[in-house]
Amino acid sequence: MSHADTMGGHAGVMEKPAFSVPAKKMAMWLFIIADTATFAGCLVAYGFLRNATPDWPRPFHSITNVALMTFILVTSSLTMLFAIDAAKAGEKAKALQWTLITAGAGALFALLHIREWLGLIGEGMTLLKNPWGTGLFGAAFFSITGLHLLHVTCGVIALVVVGIRYQGGRYNADDLEITGLYWHFVDLVWMFVVPLVYLLNLSH
Amino acid sequence: MAMAEGHKSNAGRYVIVYICILAIAFLQFVIAYSNITAPQMFARMLFLAVVEGALALLFFMHLSDNHGLLWFVVVFTVFVLLAMQYGWTDSFRELLGAPWSNYSKY
Repeated sequence: MSHADTMGGHAGVMEKPAFSVPAKKMAMWLFIIADTATFAGCLVAYGFLRNATPDWPRPFHSITNVALMTFILVTSSLTMLFAIDAAKAGEKAKALQWTLITAGAGALFALLHIREWLGLIGEGMTLLKNPWGTGLFGAAFFSITGLHLLHVTCGVIALVVVGIRYQGGRYNADDLEITGLYWHFVDLVWMFVVPLVYLLNLSH
Repeated sequence: MAMAEGHKSNAGRYVIVYICILAIAFLQFVIAYSNITAPQMFARMLFLAVVEGALALLFFMHLSDNHGLLWFVVVFTVFVLLAMQYGWTDSFRELLGAPWSNYSKY
């Protein structure tokens, strides 16, 4: 059945896609704009609390873990681009390989993140209290990094599912690119979380 | 696949942008250890984060190839981000009383 048939013969009067972007990609961009507002709301609320609280704690002694996490996430964005490049060139096996490497990097990031959380919890930090200062810190820290970790986890699952379905022929290179957009967004958010939540709270 | 024929790889450009983003991230870590006040540190780190984000948006997410979509995304996002800034004076009130009343002492 042709496209014109499914449109009931109205294909000629159908509007062109907005900004010449396919509908699925446009939907992802709208999601990204909405999610930007979500993260921005969290970061602004965090900034408000930090500004208004005199005994804001600075619990981070080392940047090694967060530097490693940043390196892994930024590198995973690069491998995602390689996957999309390979998919657009029609190299399915290579595309799947890069997609799975990206998902693996995301999983490693999540593990390092959880290890860091466990370390902080071990030092006595919870959502409501910590040994260093105002209890608001734990709520803000776990909310923001937890929301980001949730996005990373969903991204890893999405990458694996889309990658496998792309290999099986159910999805195409555009679907992989749309998933890649989400993954780059997760990376972009981390670029703001690191300086605001980690580096500004480094104990000197 | 329609795109397979004549597809030009952008790997070189991606690697250059990747190195730039890593370098900027490294600068942020250097700033974190520099001997400056918290507001100065905040301003410098935020500026660098915006540059990093812009690079990712333009080249990783390919907004540089579609100016119409670029403006759509930027205008909406910047409007929302600016609209969220209305409450900052209130955060100073928590510390100083009425907004700016004791600002010189701060």
